[in-house]
Amino acid sequence: MKIHEFQAKQILREAGVAVLRGQVARTAEEAAQAFASLGKPVAVVKAQIHAGGRGKGTVLGDSAQRGVQLVRSADEAREVASRLLGKKLVTIQTGPEGQTVRQVLVEEGCNIARELYVGVVLDRSAAMPVLMVSSEGGVEIEKVAAETPEKILKEHFHPNVGLHSYQVRKLCAALGLPAASVASAERFLQGLCRVFYQFDCSLAEINPLVLTADGELVALDAKITFDDNALFRHPDVVAFRDVSEEEPSEMRAAEAGLSYVKLHGNIGCLVNGAGLAMSTMDMIKLHGGEPANFLDVGGGADTKQVTEAFRILLSDPNVKAVLVNIFGGIMRCTTIAAALIESYKTVGFNVPLVVRLEGTEVAEGKRILAESGVDILTADGMTDAAQKVVAAAKGA
Amino acid sequence: MSILVNKDTRVICQGITGKAGQFHTKNCLDYGTRMVGGVTPGKGGTTSLGLPVFDTVADAVKQTGADATMIYVRAQSAADAILEAVDAGVRVVVAITEGIPVLDMVEVYRVVRQSGVTLIGPNCPGVITAEECKIGIMPGYIHRKGSVGVMSRSGTLTYEAVWQTSQLGLGQTTCVGLGGDPIVGTSFIDLLKQFEADPATESILMIGEIGGTAEEEAAEFVRQHVTKPVAAFIAGRTAPPGKRMGHAGAIISGGKGTAAEKIAALQAAGIEVAESPADMGTAVQRAIAKKRSRG
Repeated sequence: MKIHEFQAKQILREAGVAVLRGQVARTAEEAAQAFASLGKPVAVVKAQIHAGGRGKGTVLGDSAQRGVQLVRSADEAREVASRLLGKKLVTIQTGPEGQTVRQVLVEEGCNIARELYVGVVLDRSAAMPVLMVSSEGGVEIEKVAAETPEKILKEHFHPNVGLHSYQVRKLCAALGLPAASVASAERFLQGLCRVFYQFDCSLAEINPLVLTADGELVALDAKITFDDNALFRHPDVVAFRDVSEEEPSEMRAAEAGLSYVKLHGNIGCLVNGAGLAMSTMDMIKLHGGEPANFLDVGGGADTKQVTEAFRILLSDPNVKAVLVNIFGGIMRCTTIAAALIESYKTVGFNVPLVVRLEGTEVAEGKRILAESGVDILTADGMTDAAQKVVAAAKGA
Repeated sequence: MSILVNKDTRVICQGITGKAGQFHTKNCLDYGTRMVGGVTPGKGGTTSLGLPVFDTVADAVKQTGADATMIYVRAQSAADAILEAVDAGVRVVVAITEGIPVLDMVEVYRVVRQSGVTLIGPNCPGVITAEECKIGIMPGYIHRKGSVGVMSRSGTLTYEAVWQTSQLGLGQTTCVGLGGDPIVGTSFIDLLKQFEADPATESILMIGEIGGTAEEEAAEFVRQHVTKPVAAFIAGRTAPPGKRMGHAGAIISGGKGTAAEKIAALQAAGIEVAESPADMGTAVQRAIAKKRSRG
């Protein structure tokens, strides 16, 4: 789960990690008031959307306006906010259609001596969280990793223990931070690691991390994402969810306990198992088609969930044909067959449906389908299924 | 021969009285697995499917001599259930449960590795030695005793591969589902060592997917240490970056973990890579033929 920058900074502030003072504004007038109440000569107005690249992103239809801008007066704050709020911001991560800005963060400026990078992620190979720092602040860490990997310094830590003080000192020395800044770095880095494990984050990234002229470390930007599997023990985090930032069909699927990702093609897929679902997409592509989605109904889905899955698929206007690919393990082919008939009755199929069944209770599942009289194309094996559905989508 | 489990393996089920535990314990019994008991805290002293139920894994192991366990405990308590199994001294722990918070697995992984116990999963279909012992949720009928060792990060895609190798008459020794989570107990490399040492395993099929670097690490290990023919398939060539594709571990993040990188690493190590998931069985045949022609 993703949250906004201002929410991430609220979590960090409460955990004792240094962030700048700021206020969220949902109207231009609130932005002007925020500037006044900060009482500083400069402030920064920052568009709040769940996508990165906001600083370089521009407003759709107003290409002179970027997603992050320095302002020097309340009037200027009002002006910039009015050009952002309710508008669509296009960044490298949003796609060309952009994402609507519903709030801005008005934050005090600061005196920057150096820009650094710090991020915490899970190192899967080591099976431990890892803190990464780099002297290349403001640059995407992927770019640094690809071009100058030696500039990334790493320290692993155990979530039950946290980051040791000596690890902070090592990093400070390697980054060439002044001795007077070590105490500030210790508060900042240990706090960030604590946030990572106390809130079950999958990413806690500060880019850039700023060394101020006073020798203090402070977060200029903040990005935190959470492990969906751990949300059950973090109601405070769930409260941060901003549903307006999420794809409606993906949310609907998540509510039904389905794993769904919307894509841009025209062949809907309904599959059990993530690996099979991914390779079903791959097969469609291999045979000249484009998948409209990833959909894993999972092992334990019942008729109701599978019917909901059909509804979601068929409500996508791009879908010209649907491929059902089931290899029953926990999932029984009879459940799929029953759901298919139920969907036919309640939803109706307006596009051709290709069905491939194998695995648990396959014979019975095929019999139920054959006797139901539901209009489907059956397929044997994945190649046959992919060829049939690609042909069906082109014919439709 | 086989790896990890065979007809003599004595198996208990943690969560035997739950819906999933019950259903799959019955299927394992039907397959011929030596199920010897189950564990559900608070239901010790009762029976389920004719098997004795215990309050603790320690009790179950003491009374039944179990050396393997399969876990269907809900995600919130599953990490604890794995630690309990390790503490009780079973040899193989198979965790089927999906949705365990990844940071819970950091400590579990450390304990498992120190103990020498084999943890399969979590979020996996389990392990099966064809026609001898099935521990997990895979449909038993698709497996045939044979010569291919199968290891996979996926569930249903593994069934697809098994089905193909059965139909081609190759059959399988042992099939292991590693699990779809970012941290799992057993790696491809752990299993490559065992398959390489197992006399009955004549070839190895590895099924990977996007996310992480497990396939790249396995490719390097194959290049240096594996003499048997190896074929592979990678799911997710068309997966968009930054999106979790069902499995918590199947995500391309920071431009890393793409199918293209993995396929390149596998091919560079001389591994036969299947073009499509329909081609996994024949890829094994090609890997075997290639090895033969090289002598």
